[in-house]
Amino acid sequence: MSELGDFWSKYGDQILQALGQHLYLVGLSVVLGIIVAIPLGIILTRIPRWATTIIAVVSIAQTVPSLVLFVLLIPILGIGTQPALTVLVLYSLLPILRNTYIGLRSVDPTLIDASRGQGMTSWEILTIVELPLSAPIIVAGIRLSAIYLVSWATIAALIGAGGLGELIFSGIDSYDTTLLLAGAIPTALLALIVGFVFGILRRLVTPRGLGADKAQILLKPDLRAEVIVR
Amino acid sequence: MGVKFENVTKLYSGTRPAVKNLSFEVQTGELLVLIGPSGCGKTTTLRMINRLEEPTSGSIFIEGREIHTYDPIQLRRGIGYAIQQTGLLPHMTVSQNIELVPKLLKWDEKRRHARTRELLEMVGMDYETFAHRYPRQLSGGQQQRVGVLRALATDPPVILMDEPFGALDPLSREVLQIELKRLQAKLQKTIVFVTHDMDEAMRLGDRVAIFREGVLLQLATPDELIRSPKDEFVAKFMGRFLAPQKAPVDSVRQFMQTAPIHIRRELPNGERVVQIADTSLWFRVDDEGLLQGVTDKAPEAPDQWHTATWTNSDTLSIRETDAPTEVLGRLAEGEAEALPVVDAEHRLVGIVTRRSAIRTLSGTLRRVEV
Repeated sequence: MSELGDFWSKYGDQILQALGQHLYLVGLSVVLGIIVAIPLGIILTRIPRWATTIIAVVSIAQTVPSLVLFVLLIPILGIGTQPALTVLVLYSLLPILRNTYIGLRSVDPTLIDASRGQGMTSWEILTIVELPLSAPIIVAGIRLSAIYLVSWATIAALIGAGGLGELIFSGIDSYDTTLLLAGAIPTALLALIVGFVFGILRRLVTPRGLGADKAQILLKPDLRAEVIVR
Repeated sequence: MGVKFENVTKLYSGTRPAVKNLSFEVQTGELLVLIGPSGCGKTTTLRMINRLEEPTSGSIFIEGREIHTYDPIQLRRGIGYAIQQTGLLPHMTVSQNIELVPKLLKWDEKRRHARTRELLEMVGMDYETFAHRYPRQLSGGQQQRVGVLRALATDPPVILMDEPFGALDPLSREVLQIELKRLQAKLQKTIVFVTHDMDEAMRLGDRVAIFREGVLLQLATPDELIRSPKDEFVAKFMGRFLAPQKAPVDSVRQFMQTAPIHIRRELPNGERVVQIADTSLWFRVDDEGLLQGVTDKAPEAPDQWHTATWTNSDTLSIRETDAPTEVLGRLAEGEAEALPVVDAEHRLVGIVTRRSAIRTLSGTLRRVEV
């Protein structure tokens, strides 16, 4: 018990500071990712001819290892928080973009036709029909982005963005397992908490009228994985 | 508020025309059914009225005003629209669904709720029970009722219905058809109703328009369609609604008996007395076979024929070209048990009896049933 106390007195401040930086990196890149990816996903549903190509290109970009991308961008953006954020935002895009696109496409076309026939504008159809019905799928994409970013943000420490990754890499460099765990354990916990919180959020945005069975389908993790990975 | 089509053609790229040079008018307050096999253009025709499809050429008028002079959004908000899949938004309650367009039109809440209550009660759905349910908590028939109510929500003068009862089981469908008929009698809307079900068309339509391959073949009341289908296709499509085109028996010959024939007596003047099929009817025939007289009383002895009273054969005999129904009528009214049949030259060719008529008719009926 006293060992834990010693540990905390030694690393507590450092951990809290790193956690703050980490949350900042993750939070900001998820928010920026949402701001870019959701409108982009909506636009993709309006140009279905280009949609598959664009999603394919973004998918390929995603397969570039994050470490490589961080290093590649150093000559252009330098080091520090800003280039780290740029890379993280890029990585947050795909799951949100893809799920927004698939979510909107999954809305029954006869509903959209009936809505149009009743005299709803495209904007009304988007906001009253399409987005509410695809909200669970979109939130699932955001959840996945956020979970991934928690881990990717650790690598951002390599280019001086700070965060929990800094503790991990310092621990590795100095063969200090305690320091390494001081970074790794909070990272793992953070990923779990983020997943849990977004899981609740997703349930909240699932329209009541969809019924338990349909909501269940939307929540099924294997389907979600398919939605994002396919 | 009628709807009028003037030389409307709709082409989809690279295919044959969906609708070809279509002109017709839907009268105000009329329920017009568009019917035909799938791909005949009926749904395209419907969807051009609220501009979900645009005609390639021609004009469509609502209340004398060309629809392209309306803003499409305003036009659609002024026209009710109900479809087979109901189109009810699953994440909204019954009342939210019904109040969707009224809300877009900025009706205040009180007015919206009052309207929903009124509409639900019109189809016997209790407001307290159903208004706050989600579509999936309703039966198929109830969902479809709500779909129709939604089309009525703003009390639009024109309503478009695209197979609204097509997905229902036969019983619910019939109930809703009766309900629509009742509503329509009260509301007198101008309704354009697409279906592929002839029973539905005949039950609901004030007039029925039959389509085939983008062409309007015939537009008439159900009665007119039954009485005079324009061509083979319409007739075939009308199916069992058509009265048999020909009487089951179209010639007296079909129930005429010609055998067995017996010569009962050679008369001194060269005439003969003959009897056919053993009926109690005797005919006097001259040497050319012309019918001279008829009697239903044979003399007691074969040499007493000169005492027989002969009836003038003209009044009693029938011609083989006479209408069968007329002959059957005479038999049925009991004028005689049997009647002689003569040809154009008045030669005796056979007889018809009640028994022969009944036998022939029952045979015909059996053929029809098969």
